[in-house]
Amino acid sequence: MSEYRIQGATGEWEVVIGLEVHAQVTSAAKLFSGASTAFGAEPNSQVSLVDAAMPGMLPVPNRECIRQAVRTGMAIEAQINRYSRFDRKNYFYADLPQGYQISQLYHPIVGEGQLLIEADEKAGIAQDKIIGIERIHVEQDAGKLMHDQHPTMSYVDLNRSGVALMEIVSRPDMRSPAEAGAYVRKLRAILRYVGSCDGNMEEGSMRADVNVSVRKPGEEFGTRTETKNVNSVRFVMQVIEYEANRQVDVLENGGTVDQETRLFDPGTGTTRTMRSKEDAHDYRYFPDPDLLPLELEESFLDECRASLPELPDAKRRRYESELGLTPYNARELTAEVETYARFETLLGAVAAKIGKPEAEVATQTANWALSVAPGVMKSLGDEADPANATAEAQASILAMQDKGEISGGQAKEIYEIVLKTGRDPEEIADAEGLKQVSDTGAIEEAVDAIIAANQDKVEQYRGGKDKLFGFFVGQTMKAMQGKANPAVVNQILKDRLG
Amino acid sequence: MTDLTELGVKALRDGIATGDFTAREAAEAFNAAVEQASALNAFIVTTPDHALAAADAIDAKRAKGEDLGKMGGVPIGMKDLFCTDGVQTTAASHILEGFVPRYESTVSQKLWEAGAGMLGKLNLDQFAMGSSNETSYFGNVSSPWRKEGSNAAMSPGGSSGGSSAAVAARIAPAATGTDTGGSIRQPAAFTGITGIKPTYGRCSRWGVVAFASSLDQAGPMARSVEDCAIMLEAMAGFDPKDATSLQMDVPNWEDALDADLKGKRIGIPREYRMDGTDAEILDSWEQGKEWLRDAGAEIVDISLPHTKYALPAYYIIAPAEASSNLARYDGVRYGLRDLPDGAGLQDMYAATRADGFGDEVKRRILIGTYVLSAGFYDAYYTQAQKVRALVAKDFENAWAECDAILAPTTPTASFLLGSLNDDPLTMYLNDVFAVPASLAGLPAMSVPAGLNSDGLPLGLQIVGKPFDEQGVLNAGLAIEQRAGFVAKPEAWWC
Repeated sequence: MSEYRIQGATGEWEVVIGLEVHAQVTSAAKLFSGASTAFGAEPNSQVSLVDAAMPGMLPVPNRECIRQAVRTGMAIEAQINRYSRFDRKNYFYADLPQGYQISQLYHPIVGEGQLLIEADEKAGIAQDKIIGIERIHVEQDAGKLMHDQHPTMSYVDLNRSGVALMEIVSRPDMRSPAEAGAYVRKLRAILRYVGSCDGNMEEGSMRADVNVSVRKPGEEFGTRTETKNVNSVRFVMQVIEYEANRQVDVLENGGTVDQETRLFDPGTGTTRTMRSKEDAHDYRYFPDPDLLPLELEESFLDECRASLPELPDAKRRRYESELGLTPYNARELTAEVETYARFETLLGAVAAKIGKPEAEVATQTANWALSVAPGVMKSLGDEADPANATAEAQASILAMQDKGEISGGQAKEIYEIVLKTGRDPEEIADAEGLKQVSDTGAIEEAVDAIIAANQDKVEQYRGGKDKLFGFFVGQTMKAMQGKANPAVVNQILKDRLG
Repeated sequence: MTDLTELGVKALRDGIATGDFTAREAAEAFNAAVEQASALNAFIVTTPDHALAAADAIDAKRAKGEDLGKMGGVPIGMKDLFCTDGVQTTAASHILEGFVPRYESTVSQKLWEAGAGMLGKLNLDQFAMGSSNETSYFGNVSSPWRKEGSNAAMSPGGSSGGSSAAVAARIAPAATGTDTGGSIRQPAAFTGITGIKPTYGRCSRWGVVAFASSLDQAGPMARSVEDCAIMLEAMAGFDPKDATSLQMDVPNWEDALDADLKGKRIGIPREYRMDGTDAEILDSWEQGKEWLRDAGAEIVDISLPHTKYALPAYYIIAPAEASSNLARYDGVRYGLRDLPDGAGLQDMYAATRADGFGDEVKRRILIGTYVLSAGFYDAYYTQAQKVRALVAKDFENAWAECDAILAPTTPTASFLLGSLNDDPLTMYLNDVFAVPASLAGLPAMSVPAGLNSDGLPLGLQIVGKPFDEQGVLNAGLAIEQRAGFVAKPEAWWC
């Protein structure tokens, strides 16, 4: 087992990591107002009176946002709190119109849950590991300041103001950058399976606050730092790498780690102090008197539960047990919503085309979907039109291969033409002569001619020189211009050579 | 023709409906009265055109034989805490001076839909924080009442002081008020008028500038119990835009008014006999018991043991909520912005708030910020919430023994403007009888009980069970009928 350790001058250090992931809830409207949440709109075009905190305006909870948080909680097998409450987090900033953020400190909607990260030798994760999730609460996002619009003033865009976020808080259970990366990827996959967040880190739909501390193995937790708003898996891993090494240096040089908030600079891959504990805000949290406590009814929870799709872990297990896929293939195919969705569509089409149960064609479909098809697509580069990669066309190819009409090589050739032109695979096989011959008559004719022309070799073979069988196969294939079905060729040769 | 400004809501509505006079005549009469009464400083802005336009619409409807609505043709004053579309809304603060909303509060919208018109926006204590109407950025409101033989200006009470002064002076037949810890009842008591704070959640808070969200509640102020019933019906109702709004139908309070209290038990809370309560107030309380007994009610002694903790708890909870509610007035998006040369964001906040908020508002923001601060939260805010729950529990227990509670509205009659300015604690004590019902969210009203030896009005307060506005109005009506309060102030302001 290879544990991640920082090698310091005084020995090995263990890294302790906890993540707070902010995920934007997929919902047409904001958490407490009817305004739209679409990304990329003109500044201040999606702002209601409530979002701008006009006098006398009041928040009203958006049921869909609550539903998405509950479904997310269920997907991480968490305690769903029937009773939760909104609190105000008070601080002044120009992007925060109310002067407070409505959040949930004391009674979050989702309690203890967990998430499984899988062993991944390549990434350095020796075995499966459960990462604890402490809570999920819902809260409002703030607006955005723009500092590049005017020489001396900052502008405020409130489009994001009031958009619903889920804050998903992990336990400090991760011990390496790889584990943290796997956690974020897995969490992202679950959110996308559930449909509660689009997981788009570039657009800021998902970002992480990274808590890092170091300690000598077996000792108490060290003092942690929190690096805010890290917006890619790679950056999360970089922050941990950098912070852990920085903290080890500080400690080994006789210093102490300050509990502080830090910022990540993607340009240099380093972090720097944003504010120290002494400058920390006193947020004066208290229950929001504009909102009644949220009390969830059983019927609402039932509906949330019933609406959940099959989740990554369950799907992966089913792919292994029911479809007979290898653990590797099962994991690859279930990692992303798009991947499994494409695979399941293709699998259905292949099974229908061939007329066999899905389990019997799953392995060949999985191999095709994971390695053959992407390989062809990649080799063509810009020549390929992804729109031509329909399930129907791919199923046709796999069906021809299954019946022995085409070889693996021909399948690739046909798929290349499909991707470039969108033509029908069967038509391509016929028109381009990309079919292998299984017609015994034609093959027998070729075999007979070869036997007749090579009597000496026939004698040697019959005399015990088994290796010559390959020679006859080669000659036959050559005569058939490579299009003969190898299985049929073998059978006929065996019959004739005796 | 009678002087129309002597008429109340019901008389105006019915007179217009029957054609005794037109809505326009009523609006013109009140517009003229408002214009003459500028010495009271009851209005921050007047809106005579709004009143006339609403009146003309009612007269046109009547000509077509259409329904004129619950408040058809009645011009009213609107406390300047309600946002009114196209009309400046300030909460009597400098920080919102010049702010003109592009939206209408739910309560004012409902009043316009019921046929009422607006005479203007009424002065108040700044952000509804005060009990004397001396904290307004736009100057004190003078009560129309004066002590016998004196010309010294008296307080109309607060925070709905513009409302109480206008209704008492007959320059508005009725006005909206808001009550957070007595802001409808105390000014009503000080000026010899009637005002009811309904159950928390009856009237939508949407579009009302927030002071303390868990306590704020709108209500009518008028010159009779019946007028209050009519206007409250027009104001109340579920509003999906307010998450704390009650999902209940609005009863027909007006039609169900009944001063016969046979079979009703009226509780007299012994803890309301406090040191420092004026002897004349206690006498009027005794008189009130007699009146209610005369109306058929049984008078029972009750105990509300946590009463003395209510006021301190209120002065923690209300400022705590206010300190957060007022954070939005930051100079960024609307209202006042003070941007000194070279100022950064923090400087802008500091300058804007220093200039935009009055002393009392600053005091409460500071109290509220303090009690919510780390290390103090449990000792103050959490403790105050526990007290609040106990106060509410006191009332719940009391309902086993009585149907409504009778108490004084205030510990004293009105006082001279300026006399309590240096003594905020005494000022806060004005609300000692009003605050418990606010903390418990209960309906409560003040009705005039008579004049004291200085010739100043005194009020009696009825507190009812949750949602039982009818019981409160009925008991109020029984007192009103027996008190025969017809006194009115000399019109010294004309």
